[in-house]
Amino acid sequence: MINYKKDFEVLQKEVNGSTIAYLDNAATTQKPKQVIEAIRNYNKNYNGSPHRGAHYLSIKATEIYEETRKKVSEFIGASKSEEIIFTKNATESLNLLAYSYGLNQLKEGDEIVLGITNHHSNIVPWQMISEKTGAKIVYIMSDKNGQLKKEEIESKINKKTKIVSVSHVSNTFGIIHPVEEIIKKAKEFSATVIIDGAQSIPHLKIDVSKLDPDFLVFSGHKMLASMGIGVLYGKFEKLKEMSPFLFGGDMIEYVDLYKTTYEEIPYRFEAGTQNVEGVVSLSVAIDYLNNIGMENVENKEKELLKYTLSRLKDKHFIELHGGNDTSYRTGIVSFNIKDVHPHDVATILDEYNIAIRSGHHCAQPFMKSMGFNSTCRISFYFYNTFEDIDRFIEAIEKVRGYLGYES
Amino acid sequence: MSLNEIYSELIRYHNKNQLNKKEIPNATISERGHNPSCGDDITLHLKLEEDIIIDAGFSGIGCAISQASTSIMIDLIKGKNINEVENILNTFLGMIKKEVEDEDQLNILGDAIYLRNISNMPARVKCCALPWHSLKVSLERIK
Repeated sequence: MINYKKDFEVLQKEVNGSTIAYLDNAATTQKPKQVIEAIRNYNKNYNGSPHRGAHYLSIKATEIYEETRKKVSEFIGASKSEEIIFTKNATESLNLLAYSYGLNQLKEGDEIVLGITNHHSNIVPWQMISEKTGAKIVYIMSDKNGQLKKEEIESKINKKTKIVSVSHVSNTFGIIHPVEEIIKKAKEFSATVIIDGAQSIPHLKIDVSKLDPDFLVFSGHKMLASMGIGVLYGKFEKLKEMSPFLFGGDMIEYVDLYKTTYEEIPYRFEAGTQNVEGVVSLSVAIDYLNNIGMENVENKEKELLKYTLSRLKDKHFIELHGGNDTSYRTGIVSFNIKDVHPHDVATILDEYNIAIRSGHHCAQPFMKSMGFNSTCRISFYFYNTFEDIDRFIEAIEKVRGYLGYES
Repeated sequence: MSLNEIYSELIRYHNKNQLNKKEIPNATISERGHNPSCGDDITLHLKLEEDIIIDAGFSGIGCAISQASTSIMIDLIKGKNINEVENILNTFLGMIKKEVEDEDQLNILGDAIYLRNISNMPARVKCCALPWHSLKVSLERIK
């Protein structure tokens, strides 16, 4: 098994005598030296305001920006680069859709169908739209393992449904949802489908030409790139139905005193000076992932998942979530330790230089539907190793002892 | 700071025994405190006669630090009048913010003084301070 940690300096750094076992990749991934160097190189040699200047640096920045748009479109199988809009992150992409699509399209009597496992970013904007338009929110509920139920997909998507917005992969349990079925069902009623790919694009090969959603969103920082760069993919015909989201800067065509006309798609959705160094980081991140091969990324994470579940399953003090069927799971393991609150678990593991996430994972409605308040979550990327997991297993054996319980 | 200092005997005792985790019948005031980032969600119940807290308890869920901090606080404020409680509260919050360091002044905090170490843990300060903020809001409402 190839060890990719050589490219990630933060994972080689020693703190109090050991390196960090970084198991919080669903929150954000680390950046390889290739990405860090590319950002430096861009700022050193090419920094200019894109789409605005007639000088060398502006032209170079524009070239880099637009070449990456093309690269992103190829990475996800979009039909043309104009279908790619750069945003700040997946959250901004979803807000853009809520304001620029939902607000214009919905009215009282319509229904917005959401997955109960959705991240808050794919719930809260729709609540705002629901309040403003009178459209009703309806949830597709999950089974005890966090998988969206087939019968719920069948019954909740109907002739009232105008928008369906679901996570491809749950950030809490790592469950891969049956988005193919959801998209098919939505199309029966001509509903618009939005897929939150924040937890799938970095880990699975996604081809929108086959999957066929109307929109897909994701964040760069969960796939090796910088924070502050995100993507909104939209079918060109759908993008044409949308009004701009943010106004000003270079998203205009002509501005008169009291009236403005807007630039072509996608530029009309990219107001203000854009994050070109973030785009550079995304470009190199895609190169890096393509070089490994997304199938290999997926397979490596699956191996790590299976190994972790096998090491955890006999521990009497562990409650595992998400079920044993790894065919529809990515490299996320959510669990609780008997008698110990997840925050205390995270603090104790941090002392052993093991980084995990604890809490509600910005998915409170899902957590409540499952009957608990918070969990511990470990999440992998291709650079994690069996040794990271062994260190984690060794440390969790000690957790209960610190709180005064027998192991 | 070592884990044994954070999860001291005192914290473990209060967390495990949950002595003050109880509803208070006919509570004068109940104030919910919530840390949205971590999910600690604790409601503080106070029963007053005149200006004296004659009984107190809490409900809800949270980590060991928030549970112990709430329980220790309740032990400390029961039987005291509002002015005394306000003084304790301000001293505690001052200690956590590292604004109050005078040992004589800190002595009024009793066992709560042992939560001082938590102020060196940025990720956990909110857990520790949660019930105290509920107490602050309760006192403001009572007044």
